Amino acid sequence: MDEMLPPPSHEEQEKMLERDRVSRRTFLMNVGLAINAVVGFAIAVPAIAYVLGPVLKRREYLSWVDLGEVSQFTAGETKLVTFINPFTTSWDGETAKIPAYVRTTAQKEYTVFAVNCAHLGCPVRWFSESQLFMCPCHGGVYYGDGSRASGPPERGLFTYPTKVERGRLLIQAGQMPTLSNRASNSPCPDVKAQSADSVLVTRIAPCPGTNEPTIG
Amino acid sequence: MPWYKRTYDWLERRLQLEGPIKDAALHPVPKSTASWWYVFGSASMVLLALQIVTGVLLALVYTPSAGQAWNVLQSMNHDIPLGWFLRAMHGWGSNFMVAVVVIHMAQVFLFGSYKFPRELTWIIGVFLLLMTLGMAFTGQVLRFDQDAYWGLGIGAAIAGRVPFVGGQLVHLMLGGPIINGATLTRFFALHVFIIPGTLLALTGLHVWMVLKLGINEWPMPGRVVRRETYIKEYNELAHKDGLPFFPGAAWKDAYFAAAIILAVALCAAFYGPYGPKGVPDPTIIETVPKPDPPFLWVYTVLSYLPPEMETPFILIAPVVAIAVLLGLPFVAGVGEKSWWRRPVAVFMVMFLAVCWASWTRLATYTPWSPKMNAWSGAAVPVEFLEKRTPLERQGANVFQEKQCRNCHSLGGVGGERGPALDEVATRLTEDQLIRQVLLGGGNMPAYGSALSPPETTALVHFLTTLHPGYQPAAADASRYVAGQGGNIPPNSTVEHGGGQKDEH
Repeated sequence: MDEMLPPPSHEEQEKMLERDRVSRRTFLMNVGLAINAVVGFAIAVPAIAYVLGPVLKRREYLSWVDLGEVSQFTAGETKLVTFINPFTTSWDGETAKIPAYVRTTAQKEYTVFAVNCAHLGCPVRWFSESQLFMCPCHGGVYYGDGSRASGPPERGLFTYPTKVERGRLLIQAGQMPTLSNRASNSPCPDVKAQSADSVLVTRIAPCPGTNEPTIG
Repeated sequence: MPWYKRTYDWLERRLQLEGPIKDAALHPVPKSTASWWYVFGSASMVLLALQIVTGVLLALVYTPSAGQAWNVLQSMNHDIPLGWFLRAMHGWGSNFMVAVVVIHMAQVFLFGSYKFPRELTWIIGVFLLLMTLGMAFTGQVLRFDQDAYWGLGIGAAIAGRVPFVGGQLVHLMLGGPIINGATLTRFFALHVFIIPGTLLALTGLHVWMVLKLGINEWPMPGRVVRRETYIKEYNELAHKDGLPFFPGAAWKDAYFAAAIILAVALCAAFYGPYGPKGVPDPTIIETVPKPDPPFLWVYTVLSYLPPEMETPFILIAPVVAIAVLLGLPFVAGVGEKSWWRRPVAVFMVMFLAVCWASWTRLATYTPWSPKMNAWSGAAVPVEFLEKRTPLERQGANVFQEKQCRNCHSLGGVGGERGPALDEVATRLTEDQLIRQVLLGGGNMPAYGSALSPPETTALVHFLTTLHPGYQPAAADASRYVAGQGGNIPPNSTVEHGGGQKDEH
């Protein structure tokens, strides 16, 4: 190592830089940097679009899912059903399956609740004896109609839009419901009946222009 | 010249590493830093190295596929020789690393190490802490079981609370509309490439700055940090009252490193690997998801926040906390370093430690959650049924069948969401009990629509017997007025049973 020349001193470096400040070499270096910036930008755009892919496809996520014959749902009961998420891949395994609760009123009207607690998404459990949904995580409780009963949730259970076609119950589903991505397209359902139970929900999140709770 | 010396010279002539390594190892440090309090930084780095080695070994087998990951983990636990031990080392290494990093942070905070000229070392340290926590969370996701699945659900629900872009954030985080294969591969990339890569680079910078700026001297009351004089004072201290870092101070680091790795190995061998718990099948809803130890305190906080405060708190508090940590060296960059002269700093550390400990303790038994099986699994203790009328015993049946027990304990067994009801009759009169049961209130759901009138009557009669034998049930004072000649009419016309035995 002793035979090596020492690296240029600080002053010598400054002098060399000064000499090349306006020169062909400096110009070529700057053009080189500019070319790299353009190329970098050109490949960054598709890379970022690739990462944002799941967001760009958002509109395709929801579709109508068949839950089966309506005859399997007994009036006055709430039943746990399972469907395959419409947007899935072959390597999803068990996670492609999504559970939901179908509530059938005495008048054979159907409400389909997501199992995800409106608080932080844990799976709520149905207790038919007390007509309550209870969440095992942070203690959220909902009444049989999905409205908030107690605990930390600020609203009732999420519901999927439903329709009955040729004797089969269909729901519009496809994405995990959160406070931003509602299970339904319209968060304010045109429900006529409003029970006194949902006063608290109404107070927290009323639909604009109505007194309806934002269940859905 | 022996062959090994010639080989060394051949390599050194090309690598030229001897100089920088000698400089780093032998640089003088103040004698006071050769203390057992200064071992946590190097221990964090040793644990990071352990996590990298065990992580690479796990990656030889692990398959980041939502359909297969759980099976692979089972196979590692049961089929692959010592697979369970490697998983256990990595899991326990993670717990130890979070703990040691936090202790290191508390120590450098109390020792004023973040002050001039080590502000940037502290700031990078804050990011290292965040990344360590990020590794802990993403690691829990790779252990793809029910806890991982619903933990992701909680993460998504939190992301969904962000205004305006919440929906997009959820889909970006999950890699699609639901938690599935795309989610696991995203978290795999985060846990294996993105976060560790950044973590290593920042650790390198962090250690580089410690070498360049010197290890913080032991703070003495009255030795005040001034920007104009500190560097000179520190260098004088390191040279006049110092010793070479190696071996003067490093031997303690070496002892502690060996001890901590041994502790991880003992925990791994004794307690075994973490899970995986149940299959990540979202249709199995009989599950009680729980976060890993580093996040138990968050579990408690999220349970106790009032609904109206929750979204603002979740979105604002972390930002404020990180801003406070990053801003600390700019606000308090000079002045006293000694904890004897910084009572607020000492109080803050103690306060946060007490908060953390009590929140973590609460999360181990989750008093806020209904006990899902109490109504069918925990029988009413016999002493609450003795000397009761048939109607009251029927009320005990209603009490169990309507899941009251999931939130209310009797004889110390049952949920703790609501108050224990062993002596509820001493607090509420019959009328108040009826009102409470039917209309709810105070965080209790209304049972009016779930109870028939006979069920309500039976239930309330059972509840009115829940008082100690030595203390009568509460009675409405207005009944004294209605009573004639000082006789109190009974609450209702049905015969009442006695309370519990006196010794209860």
